[in-house]
Amino acid sequence: MQEKVIRSGPAPLLPPLDELWRFRELCWTLAMRGVLVRYKQTIFGIGWAVLRPVLTALVMTIIFGKIAKLDDGGAIPYLLMVMAGALPFQMFSACLLSASGSVVANAGMVSKIYFPRLMIPVSTCMVAVVDFFFALLVYVVMALWYGVMPPAQAVLFPMFILMGFLAALGPGLWLAAVNVRYRDIMQIVPFLVQILTYLSPVGFSMEKVPERWRLLMSLNPMVSVIDGCRWTLLPGAPAPDVNGVVLSAVVIVLMLLLGFVCFRRMEDQFADII
Amino acid sequence: MTQAVTVTGIGKSYRIGQLFEWQLRHTLVSWLKNPLAALKRNHTDPFWALRDVSFALNEGEVLGVIGANGAGKSTLLKVLSGITRPSEGEARLRGRVGSLLEVGTGFHPELTGRENIYLNGSILGMTRAEVKRRFDEIVDFAEVETFLDTPVKRYSSGMYVRLAFAVAAHLEPEILIVDEVLAVGDVMFQKKCLGKMNDVARGGRTVLFVSHNMTAVRSLCTRAILLHKGHLELDAGVEEVVERYIHHAAVELPVFVDTADWPRREQDNLKPGLRIQSVELVGVEQRAILTVGCPLKIRVKFTVSKNLPETVFGFVLKSADGVKLMECRSGMDESSRIRSLSPGEYVIETNLPELPLGPGYYSIDLGARCEDGGLDHTPDVLSLLVEEPQAIDNLWLRRVEGVFRIRSHWTTPETVI
Repeated sequence: MQEKVIRSGPAPLLPPLDELWRFRELCWTLAMRGVLVRYKQTIFGIGWAVLRPVLTALVMTIIFGKIAKLDDGGAIPYLLMVMAGALPFQMFSACLLSASGSVVANAGMVSKIYFPRLMIPVSTCMVAVVDFFFALLVYVVMALWYGVMPPAQAVLFPMFILMGFLAALGPGLWLAAVNVRYRDIMQIVPFLVQILTYLSPVGFSMEKVPERWRLLMSLNPMVSVIDGCRWTLLPGAPAPDVNGVVLSAVVIVLMLLLGFVCFRRMEDQFADII
Repeated sequence: MTQAVTVTGIGKSYRIGQLFEWQLRHTLVSWLKNPLAALKRNHTDPFWALRDVSFALNEGEVLGVIGANGAGKSTLLKVLSGITRPSEGEARLRGRVGSLLEVGTGFHPELTGRENIYLNGSILGMTRAEVKRRFDEIVDFAEVETFLDTPVKRYSSGMYVRLAFAVAAHLEPEILIVDEVLAVGDVMFQKKCLGKMNDVARGGRTVLFVSHNMTAVRSLCTRAILLHKGHLELDAGVEEVVERYIHHAAVELPVFVDTADWPRREQDNLKPGLRIQSVELVGVEQRAILTVGCPLKIRVKFTVSKNLPETVFGFVLKSADGVKLMECRSGMDESSRIRSLSPGEYVIETNLPELPLGPGYYSIDLGARCEDGGLDHTPDVLSLLVEEPQAIDNLWLRRVEGVFRIRSHWTTPETVI
């Protein structure tokens, strides 16, 4: 029979694994709740999950391609180039934003029910990932329309998506925990995302950035993620800088560790101060 | 017999004012004002919501946790559920723990009944397969078959609560922690919930149960503990603990209140001339506990400092939530009119031959008003606890509806020819 010991003092850094296993389904259920709830009482229902990326693509083509004239007439259709970068970035920003507010948004559950708190930000991020897959569907249809077939390195695509997901989860965990005490976080995060948008090659290609700045820019993991996604989805797109990818991976791992440790250290107090 | 729950020296402290002091702004401002002081932790006295609580619970025992508001009951359950970490002490729970601290937490109003059953089930720690297995039972218990695919935001509050309780009640933990969930729903449903809880208890599960409903505690629990201001005051049989709670540990119910030095509101004292010195419940010993239908006698001492014209006395009986139930006033008939008062000390008594109130907590506002506009007023001067007479020991006979209780006469049944 399992024995649960409740003690004063700080919690162990590693959450009890048997418990995570017991609640394994909760993560998925909460994610499904997030997806379902979004499209309740809408006419198009789950259709919005597809419709939204279509509209985004449309807006981006008009603004970047037609008005800002960033379309350089390269071999790859500009729209696909932008989409291949914008979709992962949208996933990243949605993950970061929703994860930061996730614990506070579930205050009722936090103060009345026990379950591994890590489930909250993780499941919230999964909602953004589900959205991303719908958007990816739209992308695939468009790529087929343009007749652009993915190159062989497309097998590495999931790796870059995982990087993007973890890049959001790390800071997301930390921000979610701090937000419980200082609600200022939710005021700051949108600006943070905005700044990152400008620092990430969403509307342009990294080739346009002077060589000496590239490594520095790779401190922003989304640079490598976007470059990697383009490289794996579009034939002829330049491969991401290996040094940059390694640097990004190191940043992601560090942020993830920091986020995880902070979250674990603060989660005991969530119910008391939320 | 094995111990399912062992609690040793559990305490939980909060730093008072913590919530406000932790605002970033406050921290920044104080740091700017005095960079050195901010480095030191400020030592405010902690508030102990729970202190040095120890008890053990054998497998299959049903423990009632009793105490006044703020005694630490909910904190104890939160600590044992793992929601919040204790500040000191240790607790061991052997077996799977399921806790139900609030009905319907985790329900999402936009989701349908069906979706919410699965969602809530997994939040409470059930797997999808477990919920599936018990799905029909849950729906059946909640009586919501026809509304399964309706969003719960369109449910009546009764349906909502029923569904929420049903999910939680079909959890199958070895240790069940329940906080005051029976306070919701109508009488029929409460009965059903109690029945379900009884099944759970009979099924050999260990249960910790917080309630203000002494009837429920009496019928469900095999043992009880009494908490008072965060400390464990009594750990004994149910009857003993319930008795102690009602008679010794609950709110203070003085029978004599000295009101001479009470601060008066200014508008009550424009033309002072009369001052209520004390109010006393007559014929009641120690604490203001009365039984339904007993006489209520109040003695008021007051002083008069000048010649007063016609004066009336009155008291208002209020329910625990402040609703004015009725007023009893002097001067309503010729014999009780007070035409004038000269300076001096007086005693006046009022008497209700049969207190027309059902069980519960009540309070009394007492006042005097003069024809010339002067008045004195002592709000909530007495609190009363009214109980059912002990003679009715059959529990189901005790469930009488309504605030008021007036003696009614019934004929014996006669055969109709």
